[in-house]
Amino acid sequence: MSLIVFGGAAQFAAVGYVTSGLAWPGIVLLTGLLNARHLLYSAALAPWLTNVPFARRAVMAHLLTDEAFALSIGHFRRLGRTDEWGYWIGAIVSTLIPWTLATLAGVLLGGQIPDPSRFGIDIIFPSAMIGLAVGLLTGRRELVAAAVGAGVGVVVALLSSPAVGIIVGGLVGPAAGLLVPATMAHETAPLGSPASADRFLMPGSHVTPPPDDPADPGRGAP
Amino acid sequence: MSTELVPLAVLMFLVTYPTRALGLLTPWLDRLPRVGFDYLQLVGPAVLASLAAVSVMVVTDDTGRSSFHVGIEWVAVLACLVVTAWRRNLLLGLIASVAIVVVARATGFAALPG
Repeated sequence: MSLIVFGGAAQFAAVGYVTSGLAWPGIVLLTGLLNARHLLYSAALAPWLTNVPFARRAVMAHLLTDEAFALSIGHFRRLGRTDEWGYWIGAIVSTLIPWTLATLAGVLLGGQIPDPSRFGIDIIFPSAMIGLAVGLLTGRRELVAAAVGAGVGVVVALLSSPAVGIIVGGLVGPAAGLLVPATMAHETAPLGSPASADRFLMPGSHVTPPPDDPADPGRGAP
Repeated sequence: MSTELVPLAVLMFLVTYPTRALGLLTPWLDRLPRVGFDYLQLVGPAVLASLAAVSVMVVTDDTGRSSFHVGIEWVAVLACLVVTAWRRNLLLGLIASVAIVVVARATGFAALPG
């Protein structure tokens, strides 16, 4: 399942649904709802990847997870341009391989761990999500989008379901962020600037590509 | 190792892949107006924060009913946020977060989930 679906939250949920005896159509429907947020990720990454060949984008899509999205779009924004290798590394080396190996380890060794929650394993997912969000906060617009997204997400989740709450939070948060005027956005590191690169990378490691570099397909992306 | 769930995994893939591919494979998204692109750039912080908040503040019981949850998980996630923002290091944030939960549960300060 880790290789075919490659969707952590949906897999966790599916295991619970299977053990509780929920019928497969119900599980599939809930999986679609839970993973609908990937539509937003996909749309957000699309403008950066338009020059990548269709077939490679089709493969990229299967590897698009919360973590791959956050790592890659944060990387693109820091550089101010597309870095296709950065996407593959973020999606495969940092996410697919560890996730698959950890799943295998869980299958083989998980039964010997009496109660995983004693080790705080359940807190890693929300902590990782908020940590990845921190990496994308470069100004007040992002901050407002995150805060409103979280608040709306919780309220809607309480009124309907967690999956719906996450999607609605993800839709409303950016709209609220856009209400912050550009003059008040206070971007600490405008996209593509040396300040942006220096904020996240090792000092001096950022190399600005020449303006007409033909090997850089993302040049000109906003 | 059982393979009886492989067909279910395939069905889950069939509903998941389109959501991941639609944006990446739709040709007109690169011609969005500026405000559309700005909106999409804010999706990441909003969805990730929403995911984190819903994960620690909302619990769902066996009947599917959602309820508000207050617990040590709030402190742990907040600690992760602060440490990651301060040190620019997600690993340190995760270690701090897990350490808080483990200590709180081991000392009886916080109950085990469920």
